[in-house]
Amino acid sequence: MVRELVCIVCPKGCRLHVDEDNNYSVTGNSCPRGAEYGHHEIKNPTRVLTSTVRLDGGLYRRCPVKTDRAVPKGKLMDIMAALNDVSLQSPVAAGQVVLANVCDTGANVIVTKSL
Amino acid sequence: MYDLIVVGGGPAGLAAACSAWEKGLKQILIIERDKELGGILNQCIHNGFGLHRFKEELTGPEYAGRFIDMLRDTGVQVMLDTMVLEINRDHQVHVISAANGYQVLEARSIVLAMGCRERTRGAIGIPGDRPAGVFTAGSAQRYLNMEGYMVGKRVVILGSGDIGLIMARRLTLEGAQVLACVELMPYSGGLMRNIVQCLEDWGIPLYLSHTITDIVAKDGRVSHVTVHKLDDNRQPIPGTNLEFDCDTVLLSVGLIPENELTRAAGIEMDPRTNGAVVYENMETSIPGIFACGNVVHVHDLVDYVSAESERAGAAAAAYVSGTAPEGGTIDIRNGADVSYTVPQRLRPGNVPKAADIFFRVRRVFKDSVIEVSADGAPLVTYKREHMAPGEMEHILLPRKLLDTVDASEITVTAKEA
Repeated sequence: MVRELVCIVCPKGCRLHVDEDNNYSVTGNSCPRGAEYGHHEIKNPTRVLTSTVRLDGGLYRRCPVKTDRAVPKGKLMDIMAALNDVSLQSPVAAGQVVLANVCDTGANVIVTKSL
Repeated sequence: MYDLIVVGGGPAGLAAACSAWEKGLKQILIIERDKELGGILNQCIHNGFGLHRFKEELTGPEYAGRFIDMLRDTGVQVMLDTMVLEINRDHQVHVISAANGYQVLEARSIVLAMGCRERTRGAIGIPGDRPAGVFTAGSAQRYLNMEGYMVGKRVVILGSGDIGLIMARRLTLEGAQVLACVELMPYSGGLMRNIVQCLEDWGIPLYLSHTITDIVAKDGRVSHVTVHKLDDNRQPIPGTNLEFDCDTVLLSVGLIPENELTRAAGIEMDPRTNGAVVYENMETSIPGIFACGNVVHVHDLVDYVSAESERAGAAAAAYVSGTAPEGGTIDIRNGADVSYTVPQRLRPGNVPKAADIFFRVRRVFKDSVIEVSADGAPLVTYKREHMAPGEMEHILLPRKLLDTVDASEITVTAKEA
């Protein structure tokens, strides 16, 4: 099956066609980055997840966090659920690991702001 | 007496202060009304910042953190929880805080970096009841990401600017149902990557050429909104109504530079940007007072704010050291399909190698050129494969070229190639 998507690598917005039956080959791109994006986006779409976790004793009640690498799109809600159980005590430092290998994705959830 | 007072401790103020310090100013003070530095970046917990500046994708707090760390290695002083009430042409800064009361501070130079505010329901006049549950997207973002309050469970978002799109995803991740994103214009004001990753990823419909025509309240809270499709004159088309049962409406309908201090000081304003008129070095119409970042014009990317603010900081340092701009002035006019330019004025004698001119176009362009002309004769053209109103454009005007211009004004025009 050929899937169609809009490239988001640059503002041009090329319409990419990705052929799932032909090793996810990409047409419609005007640069190599577009081909890579289209291939990856259909074969194994991933996202960096950013959210917050509970923080006690800090300037604010929430501490921002992110996954330290892109995780499969399908795992985002599982990771959100895992973050609900996290509670940090101030002070925290940016880069500090909150959850290691979250939901077996190989990614760590880390603090993004010292609070 | 300070060498430089910076009003605002967000990305613009931080970059201006760092740059002025590097250029040799010693007595620098940043005044910030919030409890910490970083400004709006603190609530922008999503990533995508810094691709130009740091060649990596950072979250808002991480981007701010880079500059706050840089500042820590300098002698720049910071006043938090302090509100600037007034500045004047004698470079006096009136401030008030709970800790120190009312003070009048004096500076050799001032950088205005107050950023912008969101347009509200009042600014766009949505009909209907006036219940709780109507938020600007940025307020909702602060409640959710910093203060720890969920703003609603069933949400309709008006406006497809980036903050609205980002909030659509954020609320979905936190368990809310985002029923629709409704956009007045026939195109989105947000970045394509946000349309894909914030709406399409989550199956949130985007209604272009639609708007909210009624908000209905029940027990003091939003309970329902009506959305209509619009005709070419942006008038609702009868019979096209869509009905949504929701408890929350978020508004992402534009930003307005926050220039009360600027206006009260008598600084010349540009009605096109709602910001100060600035020269090539970000100096306003009052010598020694500079402005940078979203208080001058609303930027798409914080990376550009940092770069512009570093120029303002460096210019403030040059002003304090007594370097006065020489020679004549060229006004920059916006021609067809260009809505404004920043800077609005150039002093060619004060332009280093080239002047960076920022502007926005009025419509979507494919395979087009930007033309700079003087007295109707083209001086130079720049090719662009794609331009859109949502994406800030810029061109570099070489000093060599400017030195040849005899006219008192030049015009920047966008057109098909």
